[in-house]
Amino acid sequence: MARTLYDKIWDAHVVREEEDGTALLYIDRHLVHEVTSPQAFEGLRLAGRDLWRKESILAVPDHNVPTTQADRGNGTQGISDPVAKIQIETLNNNCESFQINEFDMDDVRQGIVHVIGPEQGATLPGMTVVCGDSHTSTHGAFGALAHGIGTSEVEHVMATQCLIQKKMKNMLVSVDGRVGGGVTAKDIVLAIIGEIGTAGGTGYAIEFSGEAIQALSMEGRMTVCNMAIEAGARAGLIAVDDTTIEYIKGRPFAPQNELWDKAIAAWRDLKSDEDAVFDQVVRLDAAKIEPQVTWGTSPEMVVSVNATVPDPAREVDGVKSNSMQVALEYMGLQAGQPVDEISVDKVFIGSCTNSRIEDIREAAAIARGGKVADSVKLAMVVPGSGLVKQQAEAEGLDRVFLDAGFEWREPGCSMCLAMNADRLEPGERCASTSNRNFEGRQGQGGRTHLVSPAMAAAAAITGHFIDVRKLGEQHG
Amino acid sequence: MDKFTVHQGLVVPLDRSNVDTDAIIPKQYLKSISRSGFGPTLFDDWRYLESGEPGMDHSKRPLNTDFVLNQPRYQGASILLARENFGCGSSREHAVWALTDYGIRAVIAPSYADIFFNNSFKNGLLPIVLSEDTVDSLFKAVSSREGYQLTIDLERQQVTTPSGEIYGFEVDEFRKYCLLKGLDDIGLTLQHADAIHRYEERRKQEAPWLFASG
Ligand code: SF4
Repeated sequence: MARTLYDKIWDAHVVREEEDGTALLYIDRHLVHEVTSPQAFEGLRLAGRDLWRKESILAVPDHNVPTTQADRGNGTQGISDPVAKIQIETLNNNCESFQINEFDMDDVRQGIVHVIGPEQGATLPGMTVVCGDSHTSTHGAFGALAHGIGTSEVEHVMATQCLIQKKMKNMLVSVDGRVGGGVTAKDIVLAIIGEIGTAGGTGYAIEFSGEAIQALSMEGRMTVCNMAIEAGARAGLIAVDDTTIEYIKGRPFAPQNELWDKAIAAWRDLKSDEDAVFDQVVRLDAAKIEPQVTWGTSPEMVVSVNATVPDPAREVDGVKSNSMQVALEYMGLQAGQPVDEISVDKVFIGSCTNSRIEDIREAAAIARGGKVADSVKLAMVVPGSGLVKQQAEAEGLDRVFLDAGFEWREPGCSMCLAMNADRLEPGERCASTSNRNFEGRQGQGGRTHLVSPAMAAAAAITGHFIDVRKLGEQHG
Repeated sequence: MDKFTVHQGLVVPLDRSNVDTDAIIPKQYLKSISRSGFGPTLFDDWRYLESGEPGMDHSKRPLNTDFVLNQPRYQGASILLARENFGCGSSREHAVWALTDYGIRAVIAPSYADIFFNNSFKNGLLPIVLSEDTVDSLFKAVSSREGYQLTIDLERQQVTTPSGEIYGFEVDEFRKYCLLKGLDDIGLTLQHADAIHRYEERRKQEAPWLFASG
């Protein structure tokens, strides 16, 4: 029978299945970070249990790590927040006592868990990948079945190498045709979420396909799959092709020699069969996608940069209209206001959505030769990993940002969730390349607008949102 | 894990859709390495007038009296009535820990985000799905009558209102079984350790590269 990509990976990982469809699903790769793991390790200890397969685990601190040079170096000693310090030390200690491979804060390979997995080749096609973090969907870009889990499940995977799961439904999101210049992977995924809504993918694994998706680099594909969870889907997937295989080749954890040949032969089948049936199909016309900006407190509250802020009075659904009104009040915006007249106080370029080398290059291309507007209090670039940072510096991109007045930081989650000192003050408005614009996400009372790296850099330079394509015209 | 069999309790209505886990428990509290103590900071940004930090005495912080959880009539509530897509966003299980630590045993909503839904069952919190219309009528009933209680019978999969209306709900057999008995699913899974070993042996033949590197 014809199967989808999701069906194939699912089938290959079922250890056993109950009559009601509840299955034990085998997990190949388990990524661990400091925030959602301490209680799981504690649980193992209390029950006297050991890890089932410790080589499947790769750990890294990212959520809580400081991003200023002053706080980094010399292990955890420099961390000024005592509670964060304890959490990171707890991870270090747990990894040591359970003998888990960890990239600690001083390791150049340290970075955001969803950036380093792929970067190391620890995420491979056809794998099941889990992490106690919802943006684990990122790894689906490699034709892997990857999703976020809670801490109880983290403990369960540690102890059994399995997850208790029921199969999800299949959704296909096809982005047909090509996007225009200046339109990026981030704009594509924001447009998709605008179309299907933040709960549209609930209960589904979403496969992204179509010419516009195939044309993306691995970095771009990761950006798209990263935000599958923002459309409600625990997992996003993209079929394996030459782009995937090229990216993986030669990475430290990737198979070598004969194993490599065997692996790529198997990976070639990691795509949906021609006549596979999806429970739902959504199609978007790539040519119609413009640079996107979110205006509200949910990623589905998104419009083109050339549009105006929507009017709740025009929404017929009462509950929806109500939440639009609440969002506008929180965001300090008026219905009908042109999006490109909204000015920003801070700019954040980073997060597991957009902190890979290509994102940094995209932002640098806009920042080059410019100056951060006087009205912008802080514009910061936070590379996704130590290796991304190193690469960017080798290309001189750090100078481009520093000359333009941006801050160039050490890798970590940073202002994506503002667990460390990088955060918004109440009422501050931010152009952010992260993935969530929830109330208080970047600091209590902070106002987040989600955009692409190019759009964020453009907002930093002009002080307000602007269609990057117009910026191009102005600068010749 | 606490068992869940029959529960009767006061209902508190949270009339917003897409309530995300950042709102349920803000990030600053995720620095804790413990599973307990999150109740006082449940819905922290909405519940208090000023922002909070871990380690504060939360009982001394000024309350936002407009927020529903702070209204006297809802004190002691153990059933949360919510709107669609409850628990969206981050996978943080701390959101469930905060709800249960506060005393919530069940949530009723038209839909939930998947990860939150899963996490709930692992902690003895029952997330019940009722239709949008039913949830709507419950919102009206709760606000019009002080002390509104519901009875939830998991074995029968029924929610009963004070006037005797009964709403049936769906729940997976396996999850129901675990909740009714208060079972730890790691122990259950380890009963199948042989099957897991057999699977691994087979996979090592089929896809050896998955077992090759660190
Ligand atoms: S960058 Fe943001 S979304 Fe990504 S893992 Fe870190 S906190 Fe989560």
